[in-house]
Formats: sequence, structure tokens, C-alpha cells
Amino acid sequence: MIDGFRIPLGLWVKAFIGWVTDTLGGLFDFIALVFTGLYDGVAWVLTSPPFWVIILVVVALSFWAKGWKLALGAALGLVAIVGVDQWEKAMQTLALTLVAAFIAIIIAIPLGIWAARSQQVSAVVRPILDFLQTMPAFVYLIPAIFLFSVGVVPGIVATILFAVAPGVRLTELGIRGVDAEVVEAGHAFGATPRRILRQIQLPLAMPSIMAGVNQVIMLSLSMVVIASMVGAPGLGKDIIQALSRIDIGLGFEAGLSVVIIAMILDRVTGALGQTRKRPARASASAPAPAAASVPANN
Amino acid sequence: MSETALEARNLYKVFGKNPNQAVRRLKAGQSRNEVLDAGTAAVIDASFTVQRGEIFVIMGLSGSGKSTIIRMLNGLLTPTDGDVVIQGHSVTEASAAELRGIRRRSVSMVFQHFALLPHRTVIDNAAYALEIQGVGRDSRLAQAREILDKVGLSQWADSYPDELSGGMRQRVGLARALTAGTDILLMDEAFSALDPLIRREMQEQLVELQQELGRTIIFITHDLNEAMFLGDRIAVMRDGRIVQQGTPEEILTDPANDYVAQFVQDVDRTRVLTASAVMEPPHLTTPISAGVRGALRVLREQQASSVFAVDNNRLVGVVTDRAVIRAVKAGQTDLRAIVDTSVLTVGPDDLLTDIVERAVETSVPLAVIDGNRRLVGVIPRVTLLAAFGNVPATTREMPIIQTPIEMVAQFTPLVDAAANAPAMAAPEAVASPDVAATEGNPA
Repeated sequence: MIDGFRIPLGLWVKAFIGWVTDTLGGLFDFIALVFTGLYDGVAWVLTSPPFWVIILVVVALSFWAKGWKLALGAALGLVAIVGVDQWEKAMQTLALTLVAAFIAIIIAIPLGIWAARSQQVSAVVRPILDFLQTMPAFVYLIPAIFLFSVGVVPGIVATILFAVAPGVRLTELGIRGVDAEVVEAGHAFGATPRRILRQIQLPLAMPSIMAGVNQVIMLSLSMVVIASMVGAPGLGKDIIQALSRIDIGLGFEAGLSVVIIAMILDRVTGALGQTRKRPARASASAPAPAAASVPANN
Repeated sequence: MSETALEARNLYKVFGKNPNQAVRRLKAGQSRNEVLDAGTAAVIDASFTVQRGEIFVIMGLSGSGKSTIIRMLNGLLTPTDGDVVIQGHSVTEASAAELRGIRRRSVSMVFQHFALLPHRTVIDNAAYALEIQGVGRDSRLAQAREILDKVGLSQWADSYPDELSGGMRQRVGLARALTAGTDILLMDEAFSALDPLIRREMQEQLVELQQELGRTIIFITHDLNEAMFLGDRIAVMRDGRIVQQGTPEEILTDPANDYVAQFVQDVDRTRVLTASAVMEPPHLTTPISAGVRGALRVLREQQASSVFAVDNNRLVGVVTDRAVIRAVKAGQTDLRAIVDTSVLTVGPDDLLTDIVERAVETSVPLAVIDGNRRLVGVIPRVTLLAAFGNVPATTREMPIIQTPIEMVAQFTPLVDAAANAPAMAAPEAVASPDVAATEGNPA
């Protein structure tokens, strides 16, 4: 150890957070208001109806997105959650996840597009994403408490920070990966950059973007559980309680509920990403994929 | 009257650290390799003019800069130096919005790997350019359908590109460019990704469409046969420079340097050379008025077995030695009575590939006649074979046997003509690319 050599990074960060809290207090109050409102709204929708209504809706969504197998699996899983008496907490967790993921996606996709179109933006964004992704998740909770005190809002903020990175990355990757010749074709016919983005880049990058959305949702769910340490409601509370009491039974029940929600979310969003690829089409005109080089009856 | 559709003026494109410095040094006479430290010169001092309604082919191997050139023509790449003028508008100086306007109005493009929108149907792809131009949905679909009909894809209109074969996809690419309604079509290695049979079919279709629609086409290819087949004029590129520009025949018969000569060595000559390029001056002729005796004299002097009978330079037919002798014995004097008028003839613009069959059927040389039946030349079988085999018609590069050559020259029109016509551009001259090649390269 070198005597007297100590970078007071911790002090600086503390001072910075203190300064931010003082000067931007109004902004944070506003953010807190919006996030609380969003969470309360979604949580009310999920918890106020009887559980079987929600189960029916989720099953219908699963069936529409993928088919009866997923629908059946979702039904069994949700009934199991009800069976271990975690329904209300599971719905709170789901509400937190949906709100955080929604905001993260709203930030991630435009940022990803911007990064894909500008090398400079990409160069700035990339290290920030590295930072966000690798910083231990618990660390986000500390400034979040400073800025928003305990409760739902610091949980959502920490979750957004933690989950936003793959959304940005996969959007950028998807757009950069679009066949350069197709983009060139758009330019060659005189399309504006906005039109090329809307009609060529976004549709062709959609599988990658949807994979990003899926990742954002999954990361949000895992972070929402951790966020219970700062007072966010939901399954995480039971898990932390189980941890402190070494209550294996409760821990397993709550943990299993998280897994079930995670699987349903993953399968449904994954299936949506695939069905969006191509609109339903009339199969009237074209016979088998062209083995012949010339139309047969020409 | 032809008018200029597009003009490229001294185009330079250098990729790398210091493009402008590289261009300055290239202009000062340094070579491509000497300026490598400042950047890679993809295109060096390229100038050409494309007339309305012609197919202009830019040909070169990969890395010769042809793809870079075509992308400068519609501003996808900005030239480091020089200018492109399309119908009076400078592409280089246009703002982004003006450039979009030029692309919508004047230049469309067909891509090597088709570059179709995979999430849209064939007809939506074909109508894409019109959509960008702001044409209403019904109108643009109607126009797209019309063009799809022309390229033979109308019943695939509602399919998606990945349901089509390569050739069909490129037809969609072509339809999209044609539907755009622009006068100029840029085609970047458009048929190179297709297999050979389909490629030939597409080439023929393109020529047909071009004749029907009269668009100006700038076609990039690395395939000389394709260039020769399609091009009204060809520019051959090497290492970023245009080394020769001219009609396919000029390039084949009069290559500007060794590189071009080597390049054209393997080309399918029969599809490029026309009768007028290989024909020889008609020596074995006799005026119909000279009668049977006149014909006999020519046959004896030229030691030939048949002679063309002409009337005021117009071909009447062919007279064989047997018929002449028989007529002389019978005391006939009128040549008309014994002329075989069913002689096989070809036009000066017929491709060799089309006249081969006729040449095999007859032992007399083919007569080349123009629209007024004027005998403009003859093609003996040996000439035809020499042209196919790219065999030199003279042996001037071997001076040792100069004397015999000169002797023979008096009797054989083949060598005679070649010796008298060093400028091969004239259509009457015997086609012999190697003569020109050796001239350009004093070994």
C-alpha cells in the first residue's frame, strides 16, 4: 500500500449526488410522480380483477402469440403461482417489470438508432453501456435511494439503468446489420434517410430489435426482484425475507413464481418478435418456392 | 442526332487518409502505387460520354474501379475530383435534396445482389421507386404491373422475393428500375450473380427491353462476353483507369494495348464480329456483260473454280467452272443463262455466329451484299475459320519469309487485303486483331 495515496472517488460521487439532489430536486420529484403513477396504474389493472380473469387474458395472449402449447403452459404456471399463494406479489412484480421495461425500451430503441447512424454517438454510448451492464446491480440502488428515497421509484430507476443496455446494443447491431446494398437501393431511388429508416432499416432490423426487447424485459424482471431491497413491492420482498430468516420454503415458492413469470414473458415476447417478421399473406398466387427459373406458364 | 445523357469529366476517387493530395500527385503524373501512402486510388481520370438510348458498358476485373465509378454517377459516392453531369445537372455539386431529385427523375439502379426489400411483395418492390416519387398507390401498382408483365413476372406479383429464383429476383430488380421511369439505368454487375444460362436469357431480355423502351443503360461487368454482347460502346478499365473506349468490334479488332489484347483473347468472337469485319474485297468477279468467255478468263487467271457474276456491281449469282466449260463447248456466249442465282448471301451486319451454318453448306465463298444487292465483299470459308480461331491472317511479325509472302500476296486476296489495310477500323478491312496487337507492341 502506498501511504497517503488515496483517490477520494467515493467522496466525489457522494458530493455529486448531493449536488444533483439539491439542484435537480424538482425534476426528480416529477420523475417520481410519473413512475409512481405508471406503476400504480398497471398494478391496479393486474391486481384488482379476480386472478382467473388475468389468467384468461394471459392464456389468450399466449395462444395468439404462439399456440395452444404455450397457452397451456402459461395456464398451469399461473395456477401454480396462485397455488403457492404468491399471486398478488407476482402481479406487483409483473407491474414493476412492465413499467421499467417499457421505459427502458422507449429509451433504448431511439438511442440504438442514433448510435447506428452516427459513429461518434456509437463511440460515446458504447462505454456507457459497458459500464451500465457490468456494474454490480446492487450499486444502482444506492444513488437511487439518495435521489428518490425508498419505495417503487428507486426500484424502477435502478431497473431501467440495469436493463437498458441490451436494447440499445441489439437495436444498433440490427440496423448496422441490414444489407448495405438494400439501403443503397433506397438511396439510389432517391428515398430520404427518414424513409429508409422507416421502410428498410427498421423492418429488416426487427428480429434483432425484438431480441433486444426480449432481453430488456428479462433483465428488468431479474432486477425488479433485487430492487425489493430498496422497498419495491413484489416477490423480491418475500425472497429477501426468506434470505434473512433462512426460510427455504418461502424462498422456493417465491423463486418459482419468478421463474414462471420469466418463462411466460420470454416465450410471449419471443414469439411476437417472430410473427411480426411478415404480415399474413394470401397464399393464392405463388406455387412452390421457385425451383424453376422461369414461370412455368410463361 | 444523338444527345448526351450523361457525362463523366475527369473523375477521380481516392479512398484513404489524404485523398486530395493523392489526386494532386496523380495529376502530376505519379502512378497508382506511388501515391499509396496518401490513399488508394480507385478511379483515376475517368472521362466518358454516354449518348441517349445507348448501352454503355464499363468492363474490368474486380478491383479495377468500375463499381466505384458507377456509384459516383448517381452520387452514392462523391468523387474526390471531377464532375458528373446528368442532363445538364451536376451531380457533384448538388445538395442532398437536389441529389434525391436527380435520382428520382433521371437515374435508377439495378444491383448485383438484387437489393430487393424482403418484407415486401414483388409488386410492391417493383413499385418502390414510384412510391418514393410520391405516385399514388393505384397508379403506381398499375405501372408496376405493366412492367412486371414485360419482364414475365405478372403472376408472381404477390409473392415475396425469397420465393423466387435468382433470375426472377433480378427481373424484379430490373422491373423496379424500369418502373421508376428514369431515362438512365445504372446496372452494377446486374447479371453476375446468376448462373450462365439465366444470364444469357437476361441479357437477351435486356436488349429487347432496351430496344422497346429506349432507355440509356450504363452496365458494369467483369465478363467480356457480356460486355461484347450488350454494349453499343465499351470502356475497358484497368487499375482505376479507362484504358480503351470503343465499339465491341473496335476493341476486339484493335485493342489499345497488350492488356486489352490479352483480355479479348478468350472472347466468343462469333457473337461480336460481323460479316463486314471479316469479309474480303471481292476479287473473283466478272461483269455479266463480259459473257462466258470473260468468266472463263477470270477463272483461269485466278485459278479458281467459281466466280461471282455482277451486273453494275450488283450480285447476279455465281458461275462455276463446269458450267462455263460446258457453255463454251456448246457455243453459248450469254453468261446469264448459266448463272446460278441461288447463291447464298449474307448482310454486312450479320454476326458470324449466324452465318456459320450457311458457310458450311456451300463450297463457294459467301457473298456479302448490302441492301441494294451490291456485292460489298466475300467470305471464303478459310477466312471464317481464321476469324473463329483467332488465327492471324498475316505473318508480318516474321520478316524472314517476307519474300514468299509478297509473292503469295499477289494471288491471295486474303493476305493482300490485310497488308493493304493496316487501319482495321474500316469495315472493308480484313479483321485480324493480332495484326493490330502486334502493331501496338513492336516486339
